[in-house]
Amino acid sequence: MGMTLVQVVVSGLLLGAVYSLFSSGLTLIWGMMNVVNFAHGDFVMLGMYTAVVVWTALGGGPWASVPVAAILIATLGIVSYFLLVRHIMRGPMLAQILGTFGLALFLRYGALWIFGANFKTLPDDLVGHSFIVGGIRFEGARVLAGLVGLAVTLLLHFILTRTSVGSRMLAVSEDAVAAQLMGIRPQRMQALAWGLAGAATGIAGALIATFFYTSPTVGETLSIVAFVTVALGGFGSVLGALVAGLLIGVIESLSAFLIGPVYKDVIVYTVFVLVLWFRPQGLMGKA
Amino acid sequence: MNARRLIQLALLVAVLIYPFLTLESPVYQRLGALVLLAAIGASAWNIVGGYAGQVSVGHAVFFGIGAYSAVVAFVHADLPPIVGAPLGMLLSVGVAAVIGVPTLRLSGHYFSMATIAVGELVRVLSSTSDWLGGAQGLGGPAMPRTVFDLSFMSAMPYYYIFLAVLAFLLGMTWWIERGRMGFYLRAIKDSERAARSLGVSAGRYKLYAYMLSAAFTSLAGSLYLCMFGFIDPESGFGILLSVKMVVMAALGGAGQLFGPLVGALILVPVEELSNSLLGGEGAGITFVVYGAIIVIIARFLPAGLLSLFERRPTAEKPAVSTANPASGHAD
Repeated sequence: MGMTLVQVVVSGLLLGAVYSLFSSGLTLIWGMMNVVNFAHGDFVMLGMYTAVVVWTALGGGPWASVPVAAILIATLGIVSYFLLVRHIMRGPMLAQILGTFGLALFLRYGALWIFGANFKTLPDDLVGHSFIVGGIRFEGARVLAGLVGLAVTLLLHFILTRTSVGSRMLAVSEDAVAAQLMGIRPQRMQALAWGLAGAATGIAGALIATFFYTSPTVGETLSIVAFVTVALGGFGSVLGALVAGLLIGVIESLSAFLIGPVYKDVIVYTVFVLVLWFRPQGLMGKA
Repeated sequence: MNARRLIQLALLVAVLIYPFLTLESPVYQRLGALVLLAAIGASAWNIVGGYAGQVSVGHAVFFGIGAYSAVVAFVHADLPPIVGAPLGMLLSVGVAAVIGVPTLRLSGHYFSMATIAVGELVRVLSSTSDWLGGAQGLGGPAMPRTVFDLSFMSAMPYYYIFLAVLAFLLGMTWWIERGRMGFYLRAIKDSERAARSLGVSAGRYKLYAYMLSAAFTSLAGSLYLCMFGFIDPESGFGILLSVKMVVMAALGGAGQLFGPLVGALILVPVEELSNSLLGGEGAGITFVVYGAIIVIIARFLPAGLLSLFERRPTAEKPAVSTANPASGHAD
């Protein structure tokens, strides 16, 4: 029992690192311009399909699909920003919510139309076989996903806090007009945020596809996971998203193990409502 | 002015005799009933989403409660399904209070995200309940036992039932719109902080709007069950149901009395047409079209189609007339 619990926690952490990665994109966008991307999970879904297509059409594993997905979904993010988000940001709130929600439906059912409703999977041994260390079984695909997820999330945090482009983005998120007076172009920084968020979701999607079913509607659940993670970590904080993502991963696998797989979503959604209720600023956010 | 009255009268007569105009084609009769049913749901959403500006994306919770209450009345108590409707409305009001008290304190996007999560929560839970038929769902009476089962071959009775309910709902909304509560809700929508500082107890009025909205959404669910005779977690609690209510209201004009009806008049035929043209695969494409329509409204017409017909404030009195809610309705 004890060893099994450790096993469950470890796989929760590995999954959680990927949650952290795509949620950091959502939190970045929120922090920059107070917009919730309701299509966020569907961006991840497209990253997953990118991995499936790269494998079936070209026979490429994650080494090929991760960069391809990063570039594709980053482009999608930037295009969405210029064609849609830039315009609805200033509109009424209903239009903001509808805008990205409509995008979500468009992408979700576009994928259903193109790829069909059937689940797609990549071969189990695409990322090497599982191995056992200290009595704990590690699956190659999950380990790769967890480590890359962690590394890219930390890289994103580093870019935002330690580089000059990060400072410029921070300036725009604090006060776009003042930033503009300092010679920073707010729209360029906001587009960059959508690009970075897109890249994060694309990478996360390509990684998840190596060990999870790819289906057109998977984005719906993933969007909610991202909302939960961001709410828990504090809106706008990448480091918060990292910690919260790991926590959600562990909560999810523990509840699947202890209560039953059907209830893992129930527990996560309940956590979400409780967080919004008791601590809307998140665990690490400022009150 | 006279021409306006004449057009209104003609529209009213057309709505009343529509089923007789389409006697030869049951498909169009059914379409008319479906438009009205969708308009009931969207108009109910409009009370909290449009007038109070609290964008709920989880209204399917109440629709599902209504539908399941009706079917449970039949399956577990052997009563006509419609007997479950008032119970469903009561239950929905209660559930709305439970959801609303914590979540309505959240502003803007937070409220929308919370309602999505609650909706999904209820959908997953309903599919694990054997009493509610699990993932397979439950069916109503296979054959009508008495007229109270509201199970008819023709769509005409449904048309008039739905029309009566919609007329009542819109009448009530109109009454609210004109009264104290309507002003409060619009004030909250424009600026909750300002409304509070003027003494409006924003929390309480948002909750009233949410509960009222929930009750009528639940009634729409019960009526749906009477017409279709079957409900499962996806058709009762699915997120797309919530989305449809939002989109219909937003397309016509959220916070406008006839906005949701206009939206339903456009979107229901689009959906039926693409379903019948494209068969089973059509559902996917229907929602691709839906998604595109939503993006286009949000981008180019954030106030909905009806805003196109609004009389613009003249140059002599700028902005003031849009700030005064009463002037938009003056004949």
